[in-house]
Parts: sequence; structure tokens; C-alpha cells
Amino acid sequence: MAIAQVPTRTTLASSWTALGALVRRDLLVLKKNFGEFVGRTLMQPLLLVFVFLYVFPKIGQGVGGGSRGATGGESAFATVLVPGVVAISIMFQGIQSVAVQLSQEFGFTREIEDRVGAPCPIWLVAVARVLSGAAQGLISAVIVFPIASVVHARGVQANLSFHWWIVVTLIPLTCVAMTSLGLLLGTSFEPRNIGLMFGFIVLPLVFLGGTYYQWTRLAPVEIGSFHWLQTLVLINPLIYVSEGMRAALTTTTHMHLYIIYPVVAGFGVIFMALGLRNFARRVLS
Amino acid sequence: MGTPASLATSDGHIIKTVDLSKTYPEMDVPAVDRLCLEVLPGEIFGLLGPNGAGKTTTAGMLTTRVVPSSGQAIVGSVDVIRHPSLVKQLIGVVSQQNTLDRSLTVRENLYYHGLLFGLGTRKSRQISDELLEKFHLANWGDKSVFALSGGMAQRLMVARAIFHSPAVLFLDEPTAGLDPQSRLALWEILEDLNSKGQTILLTTHYMEEADQLCNRVAIMDHGKILALDSPENLKKSLGASAVLTVRLDGEKKGFADLLEREIDGVTNCREIQGGLEAHVASPEKLLPKVISKAEAGGYSVLDIGLKEATLETVFINLTGKDLRD
Repeated sequence: MAIAQVPTRTTLASSWTALGALVRRDLLVLKKNFGEFVGRTLMQPLLLVFVFLYVFPKIGQGVGGGSRGATGGESAFATVLVPGVVAISIMFQGIQSVAVQLSQEFGFTREIEDRVGAPCPIWLVAVARVLSGAAQGLISAVIVFPIASVVHARGVQANLSFHWWIVVTLIPLTCVAMTSLGLLLGTSFEPRNIGLMFGFIVLPLVFLGGTYYQWTRLAPVEIGSFHWLQTLVLINPLIYVSEGMRAALTTTTHMHLYIIYPVVAGFGVIFMALGLRNFARRVLS
Repeated sequence: MGTPASLATSDGHIIKTVDLSKTYPEMDVPAVDRLCLEVLPGEIFGLLGPNGAGKTTTAGMLTTRVVPSSGQAIVGSVDVIRHPSLVKQLIGVVSQQNTLDRSLTVRENLYYHGLLFGLGTRKSRQISDELLEKFHLANWGDKSVFALSGGMAQRLMVARAIFHSPAVLFLDEPTAGLDPQSRLALWEILEDLNSKGQTILLTTHYMEEADQLCNRVAIMDHGKILALDSPENLKKSLGASAVLTVRLDGEKKGFADLLEREIDGVTNCREIQGGLEAHVASPEKLLPKVISKAEAGGYSVLDIGLKEATLETVFINLTGKDLRD
């Protein structure tokens, strides 16, 4: 092949093909490791619903108040928990597929060195990773939902109902926002500090992210008449995601959609902007 | 960001820098200091210098990874600072570390590189197979890159870097950490690529590598070019054709003074482990002279030798220190 001394393609054209190739590469790797992907995606949701919706009702450990007869409270809890489980699955996918991966590629494998040599702006390499991470988030939502909704004790039944237009708009938006969070975390933490990231960021996000409870039900946690917990968790992006999943998948009460959409989108934009800035700082010197 | 920018200022050079400088944040001294460099198409050009000389920073700026503090750089008629994405179409880079994609096989590492550079699926497949053959990796195509030895991984990185026929192939310390055999194999590969017109810029701190491979060498230290010419001319410019080594017991400083005073053409006398090293203009009839001067001065010589001047000699002459320092 002749050696060109001048670029033969415009930046736009070469960036477009590079983006396609970067995403294709990630999807090939996903296909190769699909078993592992499904395993790590399902493990946590499966354990959650198994313990809360199967073991607890079996052993008579009360969850969900239990005021409406034998299994009524448990079913109400199931209705709250199943969307919450979908929400944390999406978040974990973003952290797993982007944050953990990137931190390794910046660290000991140095793979990022080669990828940023792609004939496109450096930020596009990070965007490609967010897009393929979001695709993985979507796939995980699709496989987690049926599992989360079928594992339960006899008589315990999540009351699910699809709101399709919310499902097809909010879930993709959430996937992009949560993988952008992954980008931010992956470019902020050194590989040796990944444990810290899980301990100090991921765990608080999960436990204070409305996975196990509705945001509207937090009001009784108060000092004086200040609903401190309900206020505090508003800084947690996962709250909006969990409430959004409740809006999409159930008929329970939830935060208003006109809050959920702009806030999830806003978090996504902030995470993406900070993540891209960190990414460029890590790559360029 | 539109059409490829064609700047007339490269005037026939494939790389040209004007006063290119880089000062890293929180550093007092520049890593690269007003560097002016011109590389011709078809050359193997070497940046030779010790660690910290600014070679890697220079290569980093030319490959868009290090943002220059000031100055200009042009690669293949594209302004590196203004159009980094365009420059990346024109260059292939082999970095110091192994940056192969651990999740892909050997063949996939090549194939996806082709896609990344917009070569299309069929062409990428075809070139991957050709390169696997050419770089003696055909039997390893479907293996994980973890299975490769250091030398093979390095070959694969070179194959990947030239996949899209770059105008310039950059190699940063390409043989650091390779065994001697793999090093020779890589030199052969680079010479072969160059014979087909590939321009290569490499950084190295191995003088043999620069001597053996490069058409021209820039000797760098402290961010500046100290000398730039072909290895032959650099050695000629020394005025020293050989290096004298003397091992001896006793006080070395006095013997060094004696040598420089009593024997014509002895320069740069310096102490090394267990003896002295000096540059000499002419090796003729030198050894008997040295021994007789030593005996007359009361020094006992244990060993004495002469070797040809190398680029290392040039470096010592320029800086007064070893390349390895």
C-alpha cells in the first residue's frame, strides 16, 4: 500500500469510522465474555430477590409492614424492590463496564495508550466506551427484570405494569447517565484505589439510593420536623433512577417524572463532562 | 475541522519542529527546550540520549500525546498542535510498554486496528493475514496476546503500528527489555521496512542501536540537541578514532595527568571502575608508549586495550558523562 504523506480523510470521516470500530471492539469482547457478563449481572439481583422475596417470607421475617394480611405487605415490598433491583443493575453495569475497565486500562495494561492513537479526538474514545457501556446496561436491564420478577415465595407477587413510553425513553437515558458516572469514577480512581471507590462511593449510593424503599416513604426519618434523610438522598443520582424504574415498571407512588427526567439527564451531563475532562487530563500531559 | 490542512512550511521534510518546547507543570526546567528538528522522508532518524534527556517527550509531542508549551511541529504537512486528530492518520506509534489489547486475539488486535483507521472489513482482514505472515506470527493468530513472548509482542506492536501505512513510524525505546536475539530481529524488521520507504523516528539510549540503524542521529541531553549528523560523521567529528582503556593499581588521577601531558592526542581522560578511559586521536604505536610511560612513572598496568570510537564516545565528549548515567 502506498504511503500517504498527507491525511486522506477529513477528521469527521475518520472519527466516525473510529467510533464505530471502538464500539464494535467492545461488543466483540462482550460477546466473547457473555457468560461471565450474565453471571456477574445476575448474581447480585438474584441474591437480593432470593433473600428478600423468597427467604424472608418463608421464615416469617417481616418486610414491607405486613399490615395487609399474610403476604400483602411482602407483595408491596416486592413491587418496590423489583424496580430498585433493575436500577442498581444498570448502575453496577456502568461501574463494571466503564469504571473498572478504564481504571485497569489506565493502570497496568496501558491499553488506553494505543486506543487514544485512533484518528479521532481523544474525547471520542471515552464517549465510545460510554456508549458500549450503556448498551451493556440495557442488556443487563433486559435480563435482570424477568429474573427479579419471577423469583419469589408462593403468594408474594410484585405488582408490575409496563409503561412503555417510560421504559423506552428512561431506561436508555439512565444507562447513558450511569455509564457516564462510571467514566467519572474510572478516570478519578487509580486501580489500587478501586476498593475505596466501592466502599465510599458505590455502597452509599446503593444503600441510600432508594433500591429497597420509596423516596416518598422516607419522610418519617426526621430531626425535629426536618426530613433530613429524604433531603440528603436527593444528592444521590440513584434515587432518581430507582424512582424512575418504579414509574416505568409499576403503579406504585413515585417521584414526579418531570423531576426524574431532567435530573437524570442533568446528572448524566455533569458526569460526562467531568469524566471527559478527567480522561483528557489522564491521557495528555 | 475540515479538509486536511496543507502547510507549505514543512518544505520537503516529513517532520519539522521550530523552537518546540515542553515544560511540565511544577518543573523548573523544560523537558524539551526550543527544539528544531528536520526529518527527511525515508530516513531512520534516532533521538539518542540518557534517561530524562527529553527524547520521549519529543516523541510524545510529535505523536500528539504531550501538549507542547510553545513552538511548532509539523508532521507530513499537518500542524500537530492545531490538528492532532489529522496527524493521527499519518503516524504509527510503538510505545515503550506493551499496549496490546488483552481481550483480543493476536489477529483481532490487527484487524480492529484496521477498522479503527477506516480500512473496512475485507481490507483489514486481508492486511491482518499478510502482516501475521510477514512478522512470523501466523501460527499465533488465534491465540491470546498473553501467549506471546516479549519479542513476539513487540513484533505484533510494530505490525499493528504500520497497519495503516503511516507516513512516520515512531518507536519509543523499541528494544528496551528485549533479549539480544529479539533485538536483532527487530532491527532487521525495521531495516526491511525502511528499505521499502518507511520513515522511522526512534528514541533510544542504546548507542549500538542508533549506530547500527539510523541514517541520522540527534544526540540529546537536558532537552536540547547537542549534535546531529550521521553516526559516521558524528564519530569523525570527535577527532578521536579510538578509546583507550587502562586498568591499573594505585593512584589514577596522577596517571591521567601523565597520559594527557606526555602523549599527543590523548583527551577526555576519565576514571572508570578500576582504571582509566581516554579518547585518542591515533591508535598507532600507542600501547607500547603508554606502558613505557606508566613504568617510568612507577604505575603498574594490569590490563590495557584499544577499541573503536562509538556514539557513546561522542556523547562522553559532548557531555563529559556516560549515556547510562
